[in-house]
Amino acid sequence: MKFTLSWLKDHLDTTASLSEIVETLTRIGLEVEHVIDPTEKLKDFTVAYVIDAKQHPNADRLRVCMVDTGTGTPVQVVCGAPNARTGMKSVFSAPGTYIPGKDMTLGKGVIRGVESNGMLCSAAELQLSEDHDGIIDLPDDAPVGARYVDYAKLGDPVIEINLTPNRPDATGVHGIARDLAAAGLGTLKDHAIKPAAAAFPCPVNVKLDFAAEDKHLAPMFALRLVRGVKNGPAPEWMQQRLKSIGLRPINALVDITNYVTFDRGRPLHVFDAKKVAGNLVVRRAKDGEEVLALDGKTYTLKSDNVVIADDKGVESIAGIMGGEHSGCDDATTDVLIESALWDPMNIARSGRALGIVTDARYRFERGVDPAFCVPGAELATKLVMDFCGGEPSELIVAGEQPKSDTAIDFPLSEVQRLTGLELERSEMVRTLEKLGFGVISQSTNADRIIVKVPSWRPDVEGKADIAEEIVRIAGVDNVASVPLPRIDTAVPKPILTLLQKRTRQARRALASQGLVEAVTWSFVSKEQAEGFGGGQPALALANPIAADLSDMRPSLLPGLLKAAQRNADRGFGDVALFEVGQIFKGDGEKDQRMAAATVRRGGSGRAWNAKATPVSVFDAKADAMAMLAALGVPLGGLHIVSGGQANLPAWLHPGRSGTMQFGPKNVIGWFGEFHPRTLEMLDVDGPVAGFEIILDDLPAPRAKPTKVKPKLELSDFMPLERDFAFIVDRSVKSADILRAVQAAEKVLISGLNVFDIYEGAGIPEGRKSVGVTVTLQPREKTLTDAEIEEVAGRIVAEVTKKTGATLRG
Amino acid sequence: MSDLQTLESSTLTAIAGATDETALEAVRVGALGKKGTISALLATLGKMSPDERKTAGAAINALKDKVNEALTARRTVLKDAALEQRLASETVDVTLPVREAASERGRIHPISQVMDELTAIFADMGFSIAEGPDIESDDYNFTKLNFPAGHPAREMHDTFFFEPDAKGERKLLRTHTSPVQVRTMLASQPPIRVICPGRTYRCDSDQTHTPMFHQVEGLVIDKSAHLGHLKWVLEEFCKAFFEVPNVKMRFRPSFFPFTEPSMEVDIQCRRSGGEIRFGEGEDWLEILGCGMVHPNVLRNCGLDPDVYQGFAWGMGIDRIAMLKYGMPDLRPFFEADVRWLSHYGFRPLDLPTLAGGLSA
Repeated sequence: MKFTLSWLKDHLDTTASLSEIVETLTRIGLEVEHVIDPTEKLKDFTVAYVIDAKQHPNADRLRVCMVDTGTGTPVQVVCGAPNARTGMKSVFSAPGTYIPGKDMTLGKGVIRGVESNGMLCSAAELQLSEDHDGIIDLPDDAPVGARYVDYAKLGDPVIEINLTPNRPDATGVHGIARDLAAAGLGTLKDHAIKPAAAAFPCPVNVKLDFAAEDKHLAPMFALRLVRGVKNGPAPEWMQQRLKSIGLRPINALVDITNYVTFDRGRPLHVFDAKKVAGNLVVRRAKDGEEVLALDGKTYTLKSDNVVIADDKGVESIAGIMGGEHSGCDDATTDVLIESALWDPMNIARSGRALGIVTDARYRFERGVDPAFCVPGAELATKLVMDFCGGEPSELIVAGEQPKSDTAIDFPLSEVQRLTGLELERSEMVRTLEKLGFGVISQSTNADRIIVKVPSWRPDVEGKADIAEEIVRIAGVDNVASVPLPRIDTAVPKPILTLLQKRTRQARRALASQGLVEAVTWSFVSKEQAEGFGGGQPALALANPIAADLSDMRPSLLPGLLKAAQRNADRGFGDVALFEVGQIFKGDGEKDQRMAAATVRRGGSGRAWNAKATPVSVFDAKADAMAMLAALGVPLGGLHIVSGGQANLPAWLHPGRSGTMQFGPKNVIGWFGEFHPRTLEMLDVDGPVAGFEIILDDLPAPRAKPTKVKPKLELSDFMPLERDFAFIVDRSVKSADILRAVQAAEKVLISGLNVFDIYEGAGIPEGRKSVGVTVTLQPREKTLTDAEIEEVAGRIVAEVTKKTGATLRG
Repeated sequence: MSDLQTLESSTLTAIAGATDETALEAVRVGALGKKGTISALLATLGKMSPDERKTAGAAINALKDKVNEALTARRTVLKDAALEQRLASETVDVTLPVREAASERGRIHPISQVMDELTAIFADMGFSIAEGPDIESDDYNFTKLNFPAGHPAREMHDTFFFEPDAKGERKLLRTHTSPVQVRTMLASQPPIRVICPGRTYRCDSDQTHTPMFHQVEGLVIDKSAHLGHLKWVLEEFCKAFFEVPNVKMRFRPSFFPFTEPSMEVDIQCRRSGGEIRFGEGEDWLEILGCGMVHPNVLRNCGLDPDVYQGFAWGMGIDRIAMLKYGMPDLRPFFEADVRWLSHYGFRPLDLPTLAGGLSA
């Protein structure tokens, strides 16, 4: 919403300065976005008289002017304008003046040997127009020495408000003035609007043609003919105001409708009566009906849209935009003035569907004052007759004004209850009355008043709204800060849920592993979603912002893989990324899971003391295990199931990946290298490995009654190690060997590790040697050689039985 | 020179001449071993008269002591020399670089860090953390929050929708974390104090908007929480979060469907170059929206607005991260460029606490 200061002063009698007004508007909720004060940039330009203009001695195109600037001492100015001449009046700027059109500060100069102490200016140099053919030519009566900006009345600052959608009343200057008056910045001017004396009956009739349930679409429609008008340009002042707020003046009749729209928040429409065939019907559009609108575009309408039609068809899209056919131009002599009410929701929907943004739609969808429907028509009639003459018909009104009689039983104590602000009763009542609310005191209870809501405030529905009105005018800044009492005065208790804690810890754990946290989009392309087990229709956006951001991600991995590749493409091939975030298995609440995932690409990088190794499944596994350990997940029950099995996801390399599960059902995630087909689909090149674990699925730690840790048992006896080299089939899993070792001796074994894997010379084809070191921790006494041999024998026997191993010779 | 003196001289010369422990041991055996020269002299004592023995014994024993002493001294010298040599041979180039520790390379994203900072501050103020799904119903995202169907305020939200399901209901991506407030009020009884951080979505993408962003909202419901409390909570939060002793805030009346009265809040700051300082300066920067929870919202969530009251606020996590840590643009937050992440990210053990300070 834009308006100018002088426009505001038409409605507000005030001595407040521009800055006071701007400050107050923001303070009371009409946030000022911009103020353009032309006075500021033009304040140093003055009206001057050219006493004498002579040919420059050394330049054909230049003149040397003696200029009276009002100081009494003539100033010599060299001027290149073709129209500079003796006896003219123009605009002068002294040295030191900033010239906005040239973006420079004027200095004293010597031009072709002649001193120049200022400049006579063109309109372009003042940024008033594109005209730089000559200096500004002022009438003879322009007062020498006066500020040009004052003389030309250019100094009307433009104020732009960022209007919230709840304030239809402030879509007009009058409503804004009312708010300022309530805030103590002056007095609202009440311009009584006198109905025009009808000279004849309105020859055009209006019918609201709606089914009973559709009556709300067009509750009221006022129409008047003014005949014998002479259309043409609107008065200069009106054009100037419209231009100031960015509107293009067209002709008086059209400009009047635009002016009243901004002046009163009351959109109007004018038809050229001679182009209207028969009577007007207001109705739903027929599906497929077309109209050429005033913006020169043809719109195809649907029955959801409301139109004003005559015998020939649609003449106007109700509340949104008029039709080209019956528009007013300079030839118009008889004009039909329409002032109507429309259903805000219908206008909003129609406007959105048709993609038309107009000042009328902006107001109707917020809710136009129903009580100003007829006065709006009268105001327009008066302006039409003032500017264009003519003779008014009687005003016909179809339908009726909807009741706006909201009355709220308001306890004044509500203000303090909700805001903590203590105000005098009289101040609260005064504020409401100045805003146009009716206040009825109740004799029985001094705290309670009945507040009658004015017709222009459809947003005010209840007590909280009334409290807001009072507080915003009193000033939210006057509400004192009060410490919020603690519910519990004790030391704050822990507040994070297990999942929240694990989410935080997972991030720190993975960062400690050298991975860098990324936050990638929650949406991926359809192809990526399908490639990672998603892509179901319920998770596809109906209105994605881009084709590659169309589906909710079923996994963090596609986003991370693409990110890793982007980094590689920028020259950072060794990247280690992780994300901890939501993934979507369906559109239900429980289908959203919290996942942690990593992607490592490239390798370890070269170093003088270590070989560069490409990332592999074991990097991914190490990251996964480190994270699980950091989360305190008891790992005893964790099974790693090798690839190639049924529940391994298709996006992983079947021979270089594994499933992590607790028991056969509870799969918590996967790790490994990626399937070459997946990488090809994503256009990612390897080596790449990663994992994804669903944090929601991790087993919770067992609840314990105290925080005491289990007793530490220390043995007095030295532990000892025995190494075994088992030769097994290549396909035998090391985990099976270790499990067999563990099963052979349940008490003494305190440690177990694979220290060597060997295939090649000395080992039969298709078999491998697995070196296992077993730590035995004696409990009661030092073990004798015989006892150690006995344990070793049992271990070998068990491993042989379970895996078909032979001991390497 | 007597024989004894000759022997002493030759033995000490041999000791001094021994260049390693083996040579020294040979000298020792040659002098003091079973068949050594000094041992042989000692063996002659038995055949001497007591007087002779007294004189000669003393002389020979003195020689033996002298030789032993010389041996010990020489051994120490040789050992030290050998150690010197070993140390010299073990010397390496300690200026060689070591591999960067994993924890040196790892980074926490600024959004996660700021969420941890928010948690630290609000946990201390007695708030818990409430979360909800990103895919929401129209009811929770709009209707329960007092957005009338078709109201222009809905249009301002640029909502991402899913296709309607079999029942004709279409889900959407939440445009704010306010549905979590609804869920909290429906699921628990006042007093309520929660913050709701999370991902939010709007169908909007330009220099300063991304289709996905992060918000944190706060909600306080009891029987007496008012605007004055709200101002205090936000002032204390801003001081704690921006880690400045004072902030000046400006509350401007505004409009949100779910609060009444509603306000937008500006924070006073000074901008110089790319840096913003709070608690000083002349500029105002909008940082959040807030207000008293609308009676309709309370009613929609099963609370009687004449009994319960409270306030809510919301702000962009990405935005306050940018303001505090000076990232100039929003878009790189989601581009996973390791250069950006390494620069603006946080070290794994930079854990924000109130006791230790939120940022290092």
